Parts: sequence; structure tokens; C-alpha cells
Amino acid sequence: MIYSLYIINKAGGLVYQRDFAEQLEKLSSNDYLVLAGTFHGVHAITSKISPVPSSSGIEVLEAETFKLICTQTLTGTKFLLVTDPQHQNVEVLQKKVYDLYSNFVMKNPFHTPEMPIRSDQFDAGLTKLISEA
Amino acid sequence: MSDPSAYAYPSSNSARLSTTSSVYTDGRQNRTKSLLERNLNRTKGAEVSLSALSFLFSEMIQYAQKRVNGIQDLERKLNELGYRVGLRMLELLVWRDRNPKRETRVLSILYFIHTALWKGLFGKQADSLEKSTENEDEFMISDNEPILTKYISVPRELSQLNCNAFIAGVVEAILDSAQFPARVTAHTVPIDGFPLRTTILIKFDKEVLEREEMLK
Repeated sequence: MIYSLYIINKAGGLVYQRDFAEQLEKLSSNDYLVLAGTFHGVHAITSKISPVPSSSGIEVLEAETFKLICTQTLTGTKFLLVTDPQHQNVEVLQKKVYDLYSNFVMKNPFHTPEMPIRSDQFDAGLTKLISEA
Repeated sequence: MSDPSAYAYPSSNSARLSTTSSVYTDGRQNRTKSLLERNLNRTKGAEVSLSALSFLFSEMIQYAQKRVNGIQDLERKLNELGYRVGLRMLELLVWRDRNPKRETRVLSILYFIHTALWKGLFGKQADSLEKSTENEDEFMISDNEPILTKYISVPRELSQLNCNAFIAGVVEAILDSAQFPARVTAHTVPIDGFPLRTTILIKFDKEVLEREEMLK
């Protein structure tokens, strides 16, 4: 079960947020921004305090009720997927989300880099991907 | 007397980069052959990556968008860009044809666009070629999934825009240079299962239909 997807730009701003499960509590749009910014900070701290040099920072956060998987691209964009704790094979899904992003967001002339994502085809692709997963 | 060294030829080691094949074609083309030496009629293995094309077209739209006022102006600009491609495509396609000829009838030039042009540009035929039921002088060529705009999502405030205005420009140039002057526009006409279906609307000038009438 996939709960939600967050895409955070390299400056820590939330550029995309979408819930896929019904039972999730809705937050105000400001709260989502704060959440994204907080995670961005936590990610920066974890990569600094790691005992191993050049750590990529937090990758998985497992809790009793959810699991959060973070992948960072080479350009510093972070994809966060929140799933149920038992969910397997999230890496494959992350890759497919990144695939959709690089096709329908980056190749869209009406998208400005680092700005909120508004692309109908990206939305439709995600809906299809999550319903199949 | 002028100094002859002022007209010195470029030294042989300053090879012009634009004529040597780029690394992107590695594995598909013989790298020692420059673009200009390749056979014009051999299209196999000379396909362009869709990603590269999409990024280039995306930049072209962003470039055009900075220099226009309004949607209609943007479509006109894209049409102009396509026009330059169309002029060259007609020459190239006729050259590649096994038994090339000059089309003189409306239907045969439309069929040429529907088949030869679409195959030359996109590797497939267009999905339909229709005559308008309302107007004598209008014809429509439709593509269910236009490759060029595959990754483009037009924002709501520009919903009137169809980026295939570029293709309309290509078609207009071909018709113009084949002596079938026409106005060509692109419209989004979604049907079930094909939300991006695009219709290229061709409106011929009066003289074309008058001539067609004489040829009958």
C-alpha cells in the first residue's frame, strides 16, 4: 500500500505532494511545506553526522505504522514515498516515479525547474502506476 | 599590396566540429563518417533519440514563448519554425522516393503528406485523412498520438494551445512549395483512449480548388 509521494527540490521546497490512500488525514498546504522543509533539514543533518564520509543521508525511516523511503537524484531533488511498513520492492517503484518525472516533468516546456509541478500527464501516469502497484 | 597571410586557410587541425558525427550516434553510425558524407537515402539506423528531440523541441517552445504575446502569436511562431523544416522535407522526401514525381492533384499531395511525410518524420503513417463535411476546401489529417508532443502537458491557462502548430507549419510549407497554397492549423480533438489526438486542419486557397476543378 502506497500512502503518499512528496517531491522536494534542492532548496528544500515542496514541489509536489499527493496522497494515494483515502484514510490519510489532510493537512493544510502550509503544513505540507513545513514537513518537507523539516525533512530536508533532517536529511542534511544525517548526511553530516554519519561516521562514514560522504554519506548520502537518510534513506529509509521505519516506524510502527509507516515506512518512508527517500531517494535523492544527482541534481539534489528528493523523492519521498510513504508506504505501509510491510511494503516490498519500493526501489522499483521509486525508479518508475523518477522515470515519469524525467519524462513528463523535465521534458515539459511549461515547467520551470525547482517550481511546483503541474503536469496532467505526470498526474495521470502516477495514478496508473500506483493502481498497478 | 595586401598581406596574403591575412587570407590564410584554416589549419587542418582546426577541424569543424559541426561536420563530424557526435558521440551520441556511437554504436549506430560509423563514427569515421561525417554527417555530410552519409548517404541521404539510408534512413535505417539514422533515427534520432526521442528524448533528445523532446528536449530540443521543449527549448524551442520556451524560446518562442519569450518572444511572443499570447497564444495565437506563439502558434504563429511555432508554425514559422516548422515551415523551415517543411521546405527541406519536401525536397528530401522526393529525392528519397524511388520514382519521384511532382504531385498535381489535391488528393495525391494530401496522401503524400499522410504517408510519406509522416513516415519520414515519425516512422509511422498518420491515423486518418478526411475531407471536411462542412467546407469544400478543408481537409483534416489526424494523429492519435503525436510523438513530438508526447511529453508536453499544456497548462490550463494556455488550453487553447496545441504545440503541433509546428507540424502544421511543416505541412503548410510542403503544400506551399508544391503549389498548393493553404492555411494549416493544429487542433486538439480528443477521442476515447487518445486524449492527445491532434487534427491538422488544411484550408486550401480558392485558386487551388479552381485548378482542381479544371483538371477533373
